Amino acid sequence: MTEELGTSRVKRGLAEMLKGGVIMDVVNADQAKIAEDAGAVAVMALERVPADIRSQGGVARMSDPDLIDGIIAAVSIPVMAKARIGHFVEAQILQALKVDYIDESEVLSPADYVNHIDKWNFSVPFVCGATNLGEALRRITEGAAMIRSKGEAGTGDVSEATKHIRTILGEIAALKGRSKDELYVAAKELQAPYELVREVAEAGKLPVVLFTAGGVATPADAALMMQLGADGVFVGSGIFKSGNPAQRAAAIVKATTFYEDADVIAEASRGLGEAMVGINVSDLAAPHRLAERGW
Amino acid sequence: MAGSSTAQRPLVGVLALQGDFREHLAVLNGLGAEAIPVKRPEELERINGLVIPGGESSVMDKLSRMFGLAEPLKAAISSGMPVYGTCAGLIMLADTVLDAIDGQQTLGGFDLVVRRNAFGSQLDSFETDLDVPVLGDPPVHAVFIRAPIVEAVGEKATALAALADGRVVAVEQGNLVGTSFHPEITGETRFHEYFLAKVRSA
Repeated sequence: MTEELGTSRVKRGLAEMLKGGVIMDVVNADQAKIAEDAGAVAVMALERVPADIRSQGGVARMSDPDLIDGIIAAVSIPVMAKARIGHFVEAQILQALKVDYIDESEVLSPADYVNHIDKWNFSVPFVCGATNLGEALRRITEGAAMIRSKGEAGTGDVSEATKHIRTILGEIAALKGRSKDELYVAAKELQAPYELVREVAEAGKLPVVLFTAGGVATPADAALMMQLGADGVFVGSGIFKSGNPAQRAAAIVKATTFYEDADVIAEASRGLGEAMVGINVSDLAAPHRLAERGW
Repeated sequence: MAGSSTAQRPLVGVLALQGDFREHLAVLNGLGAEAIPVKRPEELERINGLVIPGGESSVMDKLSRMFGLAEPLKAAISSGMPVYGTCAGLIMLADTVLDAIDGQQTLGGFDLVVRRNAFGSQLDSFETDLDVPVLGDPPVHAVFIRAPIVEAVGEKATALAALADGRVVAVEQGNLVGTSFHPEITGETRFHEYFLAKVRSA
């Protein structure tokens, strides 16, 4: 009766348990507590929420370990934390701090413009962003145990999130029923291993949970993502950059569970005060688009 | 509740507020039951048994109270409806929960003291083979994910399985079954069959 830790099943399994839930960005213990009380399934610790990274500029890095410790002490739901793309030492630190999941995230400034982290080297599971199926499969090949579509973080503009989740699910659907010779070509075009492409074609879904992120700011946005087929939702700046974070967070949780019930979503959408001030993605010059980080 | 066709194809629900309810629906449908997701009180009235899935117990608690499910669920449990809870589902059924979040409540009915996140962080999550005498051979391959532990088994409840160190991870009390782990994600079907046998004879 030996106990095996850090297996793929255990890593992917935690993401399975988060399905149908909302994961909220927090920068300190107070925000984490508000998120937990509002019904978050997990919190994501980061130095600054994406909207602030955008407006303040500069290099965005992993949070201070003291802040992460404070967040872990404040809540009993899973705590995730962001590391820079390719920064395997930040990831080692986060594992040493015993976070429950690491997000190798394009929202922070990349540490390596060529390589992502070899995530198989870690016992803690990783979530990674993707804009399309090939990118998702490359991250899974590197050991990611959960995928989130990227969207465009810190904008409050849901259009990129919509595009990315539709692209990933559309490309999965397009693999269905293809013959073996066609799947070899699909693997070449997706720039992903054939075995993984075949697995997706047979199952009709990714081998890991697929959440969506980047621009979700309202209960309706969250329900839109769920109706499009996401397993759950990450909300970043949308909560703590809004007028009434606790109420908005709870409303987004309700809309995520009852995503097919317009009456519930309408009720949840009432009286929330101001949503975060948005930026239209089309107004962003290309170098400021975070989704283009990672490949 | 039980109709004449129950013996053939029982209608069972899976609480679908949050968590891995789709995996439970798939296992139950694969075993010949008709399994439906349950989010509303009126859906509860139709079913002959209920599974409460893995997920985040504090979220299930909040949503079940907010949307009027908690009271009818408690009534169904006390009237003897078979219920099987995995992980968060076990927490939801326990009379007493340790290390809950502020204000967290449970449905109760299961004479247990359960500790939430009893093993630590995700780094302490694990899989192992587990002897479950009521299910016989082979052992159950059990996956524990930030799992709870049964710290005390009350007089009305019985332990079905324990880890090598003696900590209880599977329990039964009349028509209630609970496991700290997740048979629904490993292809293990015997706990669900055990639950369905209770539904068929209820």
